[in-house]
Amino acid sequence: MRKFLVFTQKEFYHIFRDHWTMIILLVLPILMILFFGFGITTEINNARFAVYDPSNDMATQKIIDKIQTSEYFTLEAYLNNPAEIETIFQKGEISMLMVFSEGFYENMVHTGDAQILFIADGTDPNTASTLVSYASRLIAAFQQEEMGAAGTPPYQIHTEVRLLYNPTLKGAYSTVPGVMGLILMLICAMMTAVSIAKEKELGTMEVILVSPMPPLMIIISKMIPYFVVSIINYLTILVLAVYVLDVPIVGSFFLLTMLSLLFIFVSLALGLLISSLLETQIAALLGSVMGLMLPTVLLSGLMFPIENMPIFLQVLAQMVPATWFISAVKSVMIMGLGVKSILTELAVLGAMAVVLIAVSLKKFKTRLE
Amino acid sequence: MKVIETRDLTKRFGSFTAVDAISFEVGQGEIFGFLGANGAGKTTAMRMLCGLSKPTSGYGQVAGFDVTKNPEKIKKSIGYMSQKFSLYEDLKVWENLRLFGGIYGVPEKEINPRIDQLLETLGFESEKNTMVKELPLGWKQKLSFSTAIFHEPKIVFLDEPTGGVDPAARRQFWELIYDAADRGITVFVTTHYMDEAEYCDRVSIMVDGRIDALDSPGNLKKYFKVESMDEVFFQLARGAKAKE
Repeated sequence: MRKFLVFTQKEFYHIFRDHWTMIILLVLPILMILFFGFGITTEINNARFAVYDPSNDMATQKIIDKIQTSEYFTLEAYLNNPAEIETIFQKGEISMLMVFSEGFYENMVHTGDAQILFIADGTDPNTASTLVSYASRLIAAFQQEEMGAAGTPPYQIHTEVRLLYNPTLKGAYSTVPGVMGLILMLICAMMTAVSIAKEKELGTMEVILVSPMPPLMIIISKMIPYFVVSIINYLTILVLAVYVLDVPIVGSFFLLTMLSLLFIFVSLALGLLISSLLETQIAALLGSVMGLMLPTVLLSGLMFPIENMPIFLQVLAQMVPATWFISAVKSVMIMGLGVKSILTELAVLGAMAVVLIAVSLKKFKTRLE
Repeated sequence: MKVIETRDLTKRFGSFTAVDAISFEVGQGEIFGFLGANGAGKTTAMRMLCGLSKPTSGYGQVAGFDVTKNPEKIKKSIGYMSQKFSLYEDLKVWENLRLFGGIYGVPEKEINPRIDQLLETLGFESEKNTMVKELPLGWKQKLSFSTAIFHEPKIVFLDEPTGGVDPAARRQFWELIYDAADRGITVFVTTHYMDEAEYCDRVSIMVDGRIDALDSPGNLKKYFKVESMDEVFFQLARGAKAKE
């Protein structure tokens, strides 16, 4: 047991004494969550929008006035026919378009079926959804005012949102779960892989293997510091998410933590597997970036919706642990669902953990023979 | 008393025989040189003796423990220094000693006094808190050796310990080896340098997985009728080529 403690202590020394490691472990996650996070919530001022208004009546004029006088929007153009919709977006002159239904005022008062369609540029989904939600709030405020003044029976304006180029955007809160997956994968897998590869490269691993330290103990000692650090990261991310980015934890904190621990195990095992296949630090680093980081960023749904991918990439995405983790975090943290709704994710991650740990332990042992 | 003993110890990888039925004995306190060209099977033989690799056949005991049945017990009784520099560069001198003392089960109370005593013997007192990466190579190797025998093992295995240092530094390093042997620690050393071979009590020379010669450097030179170990080695190596 004392062997185990002195060896683990040594691992902490390695981390504390290397400034770059410290920065990667503790500062990078904070920067990442803030960069990604503020992509969602940055206040947008004077976004340019255009209007297609076939009704051109009292109500539509009031609404347009209300929106363009707000600090968020500037009216750029009136369109004369629907054909211009595509071209004006392609020119990149506006980021949102409002389309009113015909006979807007009449419908608003009589049938309650007045409609506004917001079309936004989905190539920048965060901005798009922010704009649309601002505009919708302004419409809602308008309805409130009208009701109060006239005292007429409540009538409804239906707003409908369509995002060009990225129609399956899931909502503004998707970034926090994604970045959480990315950071935990980065810290656990990459740093573990690099630290084991470092000992192999420098020759110290050989000396440790000749010593009475059992191989399993060596591995566990190597993992503990990164395990501790990733729990710190996990808590930091949640604190930043809740207090800085205003993304609430709707579901159970306990369930979210258990889920994250499971994902941390999977990541540690992946790091171990990579380090058992590769001999040098630089190879381990590149291996982690190519084998873990890129799939996590590109395929897990963090950046691009999986539903929009070609079928081949969709299949590939199912093999990325972060895909399952991010989906489960969204369910628990954002949607507030219980354990029943993430059973599939838990089962897949659990199976991945078992298989990866078994394979990498076997690899680690055979290397000794 | 024999601290290392092998009979027909063999290791095969597939159809390739890396170590071919070697038999030898090493006595306590002896400095035993283990020579051979690259690829002659030195490293594989040494890995079996250290309990890192299971023999395919044959018998071997190290410090009284069977290499096949009790490799974990062997690991506790030996020290090991590899050809690559093998201390942690980002740990201080005393932290390295403490780490390996802890791993090898040196009692907690004894660790600090032993570190102080060791540093005094080496004349390293002022470097106790120095990061190992700041030491010159010759010092690192001395420290590395001292770390390998910090837990007073019965046998210490040195795998080309003096690579990259000049003959003067090698000579100094060997002073430490003699001290250890005087204290009764058996030294099992592989080397490329024939001047080092001369320092050993006995040397074995491996060619193509077999031990082709085993005796004191003096006797070997007499037998081959040459002036230096260099020439002994050259004659044996040429024998290996002639057979191919």
